[in-house]
Amino acid sequence: MQRYQKQILLNEIGVDGQRRLSETRVLVIGAGGLGCPALQYLAAAGIGCLGIADFDTVDVSNLHRQILYQTDDIGVPKVTAAARRLQALNPDTRIEVFDEAVDTANALEILARFDLVLDGSDNFPTRYLVNDACVLLNKPLVYGSVFRFEGQVGVFNVLENGRKTNYRDLFPEPPDPTEVADCNEAGVIGVVPGIIGIMQAAEVVKIVTGAGKPLYNRLLTYHALTNSMYEVEVFPHPEAALHAPENAEALRNMDYAWFCGGPSGAFTDIGPAEFDALRCAESPLIIDVRNAGEAPSVTEFEHLCIPLSELSHNLHRIEKNRPVIVFCQTGVRSITAANVLVDRLGHGRVLNLKGGIIQWKTKR
Amino acid sequence: MKITILVFGKLTEILPQQHLELADEPTTVGTVRARLEAQFPALKSMRYRMAVDKKMATDDTPLTENAEVALLPPFSGG
Repeated sequence: MQRYQKQILLNEIGVDGQRRLSETRVLVIGAGGLGCPALQYLAAAGIGCLGIADFDTVDVSNLHRQILYQTDDIGVPKVTAAARRLQALNPDTRIEVFDEAVDTANALEILARFDLVLDGSDNFPTRYLVNDACVLLNKPLVYGSVFRFEGQVGVFNVLENGRKTNYRDLFPEPPDPTEVADCNEAGVIGVVPGIIGIMQAAEVVKIVTGAGKPLYNRLLTYHALTNSMYEVEVFPHPEAALHAPENAEALRNMDYAWFCGGPSGAFTDIGPAEFDALRCAESPLIIDVRNAGEAPSVTEFEHLCIPLSELSHNLHRIEKNRPVIVFCQTGVRSITAANVLVDRLGHGRVLNLKGGIIQWKTKR
Repeated sequence: MKITILVFGKLTEILPQQHLELADEPTTVGTVRARLEAQFPALKSMRYRMAVDKKMATDDTPLTENAEVALLPPFSGG
């Protein structure tokens, strides 16, 4: 207990609170920018069992914000590297790893084994799936997410003052895939998910020990550039239940990736050489989905300019019987564009220029 | 009637934080939404919720003098 001496000294925690922490099982979904700091503080605080769910491996571009990993962890599964560090930090905490994507087939089974869920994922399909699974299993969900210099935290699915809300009471349906970029596309500075992830860990400690007022039915937004916090009360939304799965079977049958416009895999990636060959042989429709004025400009071939954010409103300009090739700067935004063309337009032949126009220009 | 508009996340690319002078009284969140979407058409294609004085609101939520209206889009990054 000497390890926890300083936190036991706090009246709000005490010996009783520490015992509760050691008896609690917390599942952290996503061992990324939010999950890493949350896991680190929860392990240090003596949470009894920490579950870590992530299917990804450590990439060099993760290291500026995913502070559990070191340079020699590059290429190692995140759950393996995270478990190693956390176990070294606190051998008292039991670590359970799930080296797989949380999906409709395994979500309920995995979540059921824990008392509390911390969402550190980075995409809407997973966020909606985790939320819906928590509602069905009646588990408290500590939500956190970031956008550039801003972050949000909230606690869902806990009854307080006769009110119990979840993420669908905020947004009954996910946004159009073209509206929201993830960290890889939007950019993020490490401290922002760091702060939000630690706030999520603080909410877990508060919920478990009963200290203070957790963010039940509240959504807190933090802005790093202005050091401001803005808290909004959440109320049940009349359409929340309309879009959520009614029971376990409905959840298993739900297609979250399609529903959130995620990758459907029905488009084809092509490289620069293939692109040039196709361009000459099939006279496809080529669309630049970058914003106006983004360099480098393209004068080598004919193409339409439809920024990704306006694509949904311009589907009528796209002929369905002609192959379409989409491109952007590096080939990330164009994946979303390709998905929109496949899902929304039902286009049968969509090709994505892998590596974007930058790679194409370099290879010429 | 004077109100304050606060803007979060990606919506800050579309419109600035601002004070609005509204002629029609009484007025609702829906009126403000329509006015903002007319002035900033890019808002129409965005998903966002509006909160009035730090409480999530719906289009029929009434507004009072000096109300603070926040436009909150969803975030997904992690």
